[in-house]
Amino acid sequence: MIFKLLTAALAVVGAVLLLLSLTTLIPGDPATVLLGPRATPEAVAALNSQMGLDLPLPIRLVRFLAHAFAGDLGRDVMSGRPVADMVIESLPNTALLAVSAILLAILFGIPLGALSAVRPGRIADQLIAFLSVGFVSAPSFVSSIFLLLVFALWLDWFPVLGAGERGDFLDQLWHVVLPAVALGITWVGYVARLLRSSLLEVLNEPYIRTMRAYGLSEAVVLLKYALKPACIPTLAVLGMGVGELLGGAVFAEVIFNRPGLGSLIYGAIETRNYPVVQGGVLVVVILYLLTNVVVDLSYVWIDPRVRLQMQSRGRA
Amino acid sequence: MDWRKLLREITSTRAGTFGVISVGLLLVIAVFAPLFAIHDPNAIAPMDRLQPPSAMHFFGTDQLGRDLYSRVIYGTRIAIGVAVVVISVSLIVGILLGVSAAYAPRPVDQLIVSAFDIINSFPRLILALALVAVLGPGLTNVILLISIAFIPQFGRVARAQTLAMRNSLFFEAEAVLGAEPWRILLHHVLPNIIGPIFVLASMNIPVVITIEAGLSFLGVGIRPPLASWGGLLHDGYTYLDQSPWLALTSGLALMVATLGFTLLGEALRDAIDPKLQQAR
Repeated sequence: MIFKLLTAALAVVGAVLLLLSLTTLIPGDPATVLLGPRATPEAVAALNSQMGLDLPLPIRLVRFLAHAFAGDLGRDVMSGRPVADMVIESLPNTALLAVSAILLAILFGIPLGALSAVRPGRIADQLIAFLSVGFVSAPSFVSSIFLLLVFALWLDWFPVLGAGERGDFLDQLWHVVLPAVALGITWVGYVARLLRSSLLEVLNEPYIRTMRAYGLSEAVVLLKYALKPACIPTLAVLGMGVGELLGGAVFAEVIFNRPGLGSLIYGAIETRNYPVVQGGVLVVVILYLLTNVVVDLSYVWIDPRVRLQMQSRGRA
Repeated sequence: MDWRKLLREITSTRAGTFGVISVGLLLVIAVFAPLFAIHDPNAIAPMDRLQPPSAMHFFGTDQLGRDLYSRVIYGTRIAIGVAVVVISVSLIVGILLGVSAAYAPRPVDQLIVSAFDIINSFPRLILALALVAVLGPGLTNVILLISIAFIPQFGRVARAQTLAMRNSLFFEAEAVLGAEPWRILLHHVLPNIIGPIFVLASMNIPVVITIEAGLSFLGVGIRPPLASWGGLLHDGYTYLDQSPWLALTSGLALMVATLGFTLLGEALRDAIDPKLQQAR
């Protein structure tokens, strides 16, 4: 556990180093790019100093990490607002979107995968296989636009843009449906395909044959004994998928005009607002790495085999 | 490698056959784009803006009156071209770094692995966005930054395969017989690691196509007047209520390409990976 957290912390330091050194790669300097060719040297120097870009890289790294550790991610060069406040404000919308997409993937992906594995080769299996591969191949920005076109513009079933009224949770849920479907549909396909193959493997295990020989019904065998171990690889993929989901959230937020972490980073890139880009990307990296650590640790809780392995290693 | 046998294996399923046909068709369109296009993809005709599909313009026209069918055809060239170059660059650099890490002393190995870990700690699209914030948009930069994001994958596989090879008996036998390290590398290591890397490359092509289109859609990738599917989709999004053809045609082209490459990649993996073959 400590080793995993330490590795994740080192990766965060490395990511910060990469983010900070990126700004040194730019031809000219970020302030010149930001202010334009007609800016006075004094204005450029002042903005560079405001963004902390006049300091050597190692000092910037230490300063950035020390400030970030204290919750200070710098200030937006446009509005002067603390980046940490902007990130915290945008996080709930992105969290609602990501959690809804993951729930969708689990709620639809697992039953579809299980149905497919129970009757391999049948029409349902072939249909699910066809749908799953279609879902997997649909980039989230294409699904977002198609869903927007059909369900918001043509059928007028869902709101076109925005994240809903603040404080009105039902309205927010109503607004998250299309973006969550656009983001989660790929993962429905992934989960269904992965669960199908791992469930087929589990259903061929000797202990399942023994359960059947004892006369247990197929439903009990499937739901009580086969589904849980088959879900473990799916969990790993979902954990790794959080990073992709956060990336995909950029598209869903831009297309549906939702405020969130993705649209915050995208807006900052358009205006070359480096402190916001750095702060936003750093938070995404931390969330991504933390999710991976949590997924790794959840194996111990879900899979007794891993728990036993760890215990025997501890004794040795 | 027996290419005929491989093709037979790949086309033994319907999904694999679809993958081969669609990818083959896309490659032909990309190479011979001028033969398939019916108009100059960049010719502006303001009087014909946002036209629906017709005999003159199969997919209609965009906001500047350019023929959408011809732009989608030329977009194939960009999508496939970027994917091929990105995969080639990241594959070559990845193999070089991965094999060097496996052969190098421990500190150098650790350094290379740490660099891979740092790059992997970013979600790929977020890394591409962070890089584009610095490098700026454009074809060369898009190729460069997507390649950087994919190098660790190839590097890790190349390193792991080389390390496994170094511990094998035939490797030891070659060394005892006095073979030079470069000879072992060229004649034994590379041919043995190329299979899994080839599979990885084919599985990554649709991902590269999606990232390039995504960046272009966000306006930070390939810039107009070059016709990229992501750029066309962006125009389609802007004029979605007036002319859905823009978004529908470019979006479908993108989906066919990702679907075709995904199915081909999976069929290739099943044909090449003997472990999976046994499992089937």
